[in-house]
This record gives sequence, structure tokens and C-alpha cells, in this order.
Amino acid sequence: MKAFSTHTGVGIPLRRSNVDTDQIIPAVYLKRISRTGFEDGLFAAWRADPAFVLNDEAYRAGSVLVAGPDFGTGSSREHAVWALMDYGIRVVISPRFADIFRGNAGKGGLLAAQVTPDDDELLLKWLENHPGDSVSVDLAEQRITCGPLSVAFQIDPYTKWRLLEGLDDIALTLRHADSITQFEATRSALLPTVGASAA
Amino acid sequence: MGRTMAEKVWDAHVVHRAEGEPDLLYIDMHLIHEVTSPQAFEGLRQAGRPVRRPDLTLATEDHNVPTLHIDQPIADPTSRKQVETLRANCAEFGIRLYPMGDAEQGIVHVVGPQRGLTQPGMTIVCGDSHTSTHGAFGALAFGIGTSEVEHVLATQTLPLRPFKTMAITVTGELPHGVSSKDLILAVIAKIGTGGGQGYVLEYRGEAIRALSMEARMTICNMSIEAGARAGMIAPDQTTFDYIRGREHAPTGADWDAAVERWQGLVTDDDAVFDAEVVIDGSALTPFVTWGTNPGQGAPLSASVPDPESFADEGERQAAQRALAYMDLAAGTLLRDIRVDTVFLGSCTNGRIEDLRAAADVLRGRRIDPNVRMLVVPGSMRVKVQAEREGLDKVFTDFGAEWRSAGCSMCLGMNPDQLTPGERCASTSNRNFEGRQGKGGRTHLVSPVVAAATAVRGTLSAPADLDPQPALVG
Ligand code: SF4
Repeated sequence: MKAFSTHTGVGIPLRRSNVDTDQIIPAVYLKRISRTGFEDGLFAAWRADPAFVLNDEAYRAGSVLVAGPDFGTGSSREHAVWALMDYGIRVVISPRFADIFRGNAGKGGLLAAQVTPDDDELLLKWLENHPGDSVSVDLAEQRITCGPLSVAFQIDPYTKWRLLEGLDDIALTLRHADSITQFEATRSALLPTVGASAA
Repeated sequence: MGRTMAEKVWDAHVVHRAEGEPDLLYIDMHLIHEVTSPQAFEGLRQAGRPVRRPDLTLATEDHNVPTLHIDQPIADPTSRKQVETLRANCAEFGIRLYPMGDAEQGIVHVVGPQRGLTQPGMTIVCGDSHTSTHGAFGALAFGIGTSEVEHVLATQTLPLRPFKTMAITVTGELPHGVSSKDLILAVIAKIGTGGGQGYVLEYRGEAIRALSMEARMTICNMSIEAGARAGMIAPDQTTFDYIRGREHAPTGADWDAAVERWQGLVTDDDAVFDAEVVIDGSALTPFVTWGTNPGQGAPLSASVPDPESFADEGERQAAQRALAYMDLAAGTLLRDIRVDTVFLGSCTNGRIEDLRAAADVLRGRRIDPNVRMLVVPGSMRVKVQAEREGLDKVFTDFGAEWRSAGCSMCLGMNPDQLTPGERCASTSNRNFEGRQGKGGRTHLVSPVVAAATAVRGTLSAPADLDPQPALVG
């Protein structure tokens, strides 16, 4: 997982609340065997509408999504985070995130930045009135700047640390690689192995 | 204070423990199949990580494989792609695979035990919720998600939060004609599909001790249908006798040492469970489901319940929805429900004993003309064994179809599916809407009930059948 310190990119104002994971990526995209390439499924239903924000040239290449409250509700699919990241989104800003989505985001390297409802509204308005403007996010300082705006965001300290260090679950466990090796040395020799394949 | 079996196995596998963090547990055996592994392997590739212990990882093709014409390429492109991807991944990462057509191929939860890879006291995981099956040997075994599959491939460990323990004690002796499937369906109906949530279930008591290994696997298999992540049964002589002599079982002095260790795994007398449920095994009768979750079941002698009879509002609505989907009227005798299809198979009831029990009912009888019956062995070994015993002949003479091994109609990822509105008596484990095919209707039953149902065309137990004609030849 790539470490996250600061990011600057075009802000996308998504003025909707309760953006559930079925909207982020519909179930039909889950049959795939790959872990990347889900960008075409991102907001698939909404993107069929020419008036949808991502169909506006000014926002198309955006990487900081500013949404309404309760982002990421519904099914626990990890694909929602993959789809956002595959599209190029690095930060989602919302006044409230669904728990599982927030957890999946932290694991996948996507920053879920929680702001107050008032600040969210200010960001949405600014981006709507200034299409193509950039948003800068500083994780260490927990600060978002955009035009004249400078607002604080919340993130739990554990997730912040993981993102700053770029540690995914596996990397976290591998910090205990020595303990794993030690444990393996004490395992009973009677335990079965399958033997590696001939290939 | 004493410890339960589950706690002993857990404690013996802790690699790292720290305040406020989940325990890091070592995994003794990781089983994989084609559906939940592709993205895990891709994650490894992206991060440039190897598989830590290919020698503790075993793959088999089961969910997608056709049960007919297995010598030909898989026709469905999505299925074929998943299977081909598994083959490429196993070759790349050095993992042993039992592909379609191999003598060892089969449903992942049938293959592990039959090779002696499932042993008491082990931790076993698989990207499949019915991994609980392996708990029948006194192993701590549970299903995991795709990112956890990747985690185990890379580290051979899993970070886990502790669970609670529940004892399910089954007293007395199961009456003749009542199988472990009836027992577990009755347990689920009693504690509900959420009753086991957060718990590891330990099945104990006289009735459990009297069961064969295969019957015990059927019970642990469906722990997940009660909401539990794992189910366990203490290892005893029955367990040891089953394991002894299998390919991966210890031999000679190692065997004696292993048995001694296994005997120490059982729950201490003074251990305390977080919850306890007692069931009178001697009062059980054949049990079937009428609804669309495994908790919506009743004795075969009962009738379809009236949704109004449920005190709980949620249950009442669920029952209403289920009856509408199942196209059943409250008050209908379960025995009067006509089926179109009978499915004998799955990791719940696709083992040799299940096939034998069904064949005993079918011998010398003819299938109801309006019913089709599919018999799908859980593994190629089960298939070969059944053919050696002539069971395939019994099934085909009866009018059933004899197929090759796989998950098949348990979930309908291969061509074995129900058509909309079709009704099936199935020995599998999930009766969810559309599970066996879009619009299909599922009644979960035991192998002998499946067999008797194929004879009469309506849900039936062997006791409902006319006496078997004298067996000729
Ligand atoms: S037989 Fe059914 S429940 Fe068992 S592993 Fe296959 S699909 Fe899952």
C-alpha cells in the first residue's frame, strides 16, 4: 500500500447523501476475477446520466470526492474502495461514513476524511461555483485547503498512522515476521503438510 | 479455571498477543478454491509477495465444475475463466491443486478430511463459510473473506478477535431413521439463524458421541447456518479410527504421540461456556425446511406454519415472504408438498455414508415419474468408492442421474440449476431464494428423506414408503 502524506487534486462535488456501495459499484461488477480495473463500474448507474458530475469535463479528472453525509452504507463489498481508487480518487470527504466502508478505505489506502456538516457545505459550494479547482489534503496536519477555505478533518489515530506509514494489514502482520518464524520452529513435526506442487 | 476445547486450540496458535490488538493466530492448513482466491493472488502479485507456506496450502476445483462431460473444456466462459485462473495461480505460486478430472478432486471440505489433512487441534481456514465442517475432528476451522485469504497466503497467520463459546448438548439416543442432518436442522430451528453469532459451538453429549465421523461433519458443516463461525466436536476413538491410515496421518510411534496430544484437547470438566443449549436427541424426528432460511424448518410430520403464529414481528414478516416465494399455503401438510427435483450431494451430505443411506432406501424401487433426481458425490474418491460398492447402479436403476464430483446444485454455479418455480428436496445447506437457480424453491432434507421423496414425489421419510419389494438377484 502506498503511504499517504499530502495530496492535491481536482475536487468533485457530489451533492448526495447516503451514497451506498451498490451505487458506488453495482453487484454485476463483482463477478470479475481481477482486483483492478473497476473504474468503469464506479457510479455506473449515475454516470449514464449526462448531468452527473463526473460527466462534466471540469471534474472528470478529479481525485478528491466531496460527498454528503453517510457515504458508503450498504453491503460490505471491498470493491467499492477498489472502484474509487481505480478511478483515481485518493480522498473522500463526508460529514459521516459508514463503519465498514471507513474500515475498508483505511485498509485499501483511500483517505476517508470526516468534516463537519458546515465545512462540507462550504466545500461543496466552492467546488460547484469554481469547477476544476483543486483541493489539498494534508494528513499529518488533518487539514483541507481549497480556494480561500481551510478546514480541519477527523480521522482515528490508528488509521492515520497506517496511512502515513503505508501499512496494509499484511504489512502490519509482517512486522511480526520474526515471531511467525519462531512459532514455526516450535510447531509439532507431526502436523500434516501437503507438499508443494510439482509445477 | 479449565478451558474449553476451542480455547485450548486458540491458545496453542497465538503467534503474537498485545493489549488492545487482535491475537495473531497461526494457520495450520489453508484450503482454497477457484471462486474466492483470484483477487487474493492478484494482491500478492501487486505487492510482490510470495506465498509463505505452499506446503500448508491446498487447492481444489469445486464450485464451478460441471458434473457431466468433465473431460471437455468448461462451456460457461465465466466458470472456465475462474478455473483457469486458479490453475495459473497455483502453478505460479507453487501450490498443489486437484483439478477437474483428478482422482483427488472434489468439494474442498470433503477432500481435506478424506486425505487425513484435517486433524484434531489444527487451525484450518478456507475462503468458504462451510469450512466449519472440519471442526468435527476437534479442529478450529472457519471461513474467511478474500482479503483474509491473501493475508493467510502471505503470512500463514490471521489477526483475530476472541469469540465466545456455546455448548450444544444433545442428550439420549437418536431414534431409528433420524440422522445428524435432522438434528442440525432442529438445532438451527431452535436457536435461530443468528443464535450462534459470535460463538464457536461445541456439540457434545451422548447422541453426538454415538455419531460416525461423517455424520459429525454434517453437523459442524451447518454451524454457519446457525450464525456461528465454527463448530467443534471433541476428538475420540471414532475420530482416531477415521484418521488412522489416511495419506497424511502420522504413522508408527508418531501416531501414538499424536493420539496422546489429541486426547488432551477436550474441554476441561471445570471449563465454563458462555452459553449452553440442551436438546433431547431421543425426541427428534425427520426434519425439513419450509421457508427461505435454514431456521425456517419443522418436523416432517408437521404442516406449513401460519405466519400469524409467530410472536415476533420480524419472524412473522419473514415467514410471510417465505411462503409467498415458496408458493406454499399455511396449514399444508409438509408430506403433501410435491417436488420436481431431488438433489443428493454437497459438502453437507455428499459423502459415502450419505450415498449408502440413500441407496438403501432406493434399492429395488422406482423414481416417481414426475421427479428428476441428481446424485452428485462430494469427491471423485467418493464416486469411485460408490461405484465399487455398486451404488451407482442402484441410483441409475432407480432412475436417478449419477454425476461427477463438485458443488453442483448446492449453489448452481455450474449448469446444475433449478428453473424458475421448480421445487427441490435438497441435502445441501442453504435454502435462500434463488440459491439453487433463479426462482428455484429449496427444501433442505436428510439423505434418506431425499431418497424417500424421490420415490413418492412428495416430501417423505422412509417410514412412509410401502415395504421394499423383495430384492431380486
Ligand atoms: S457444496 Fe455448497 S456449501 Fe459446500 S462448498 Fe460447495 S457451494 Fe459451498
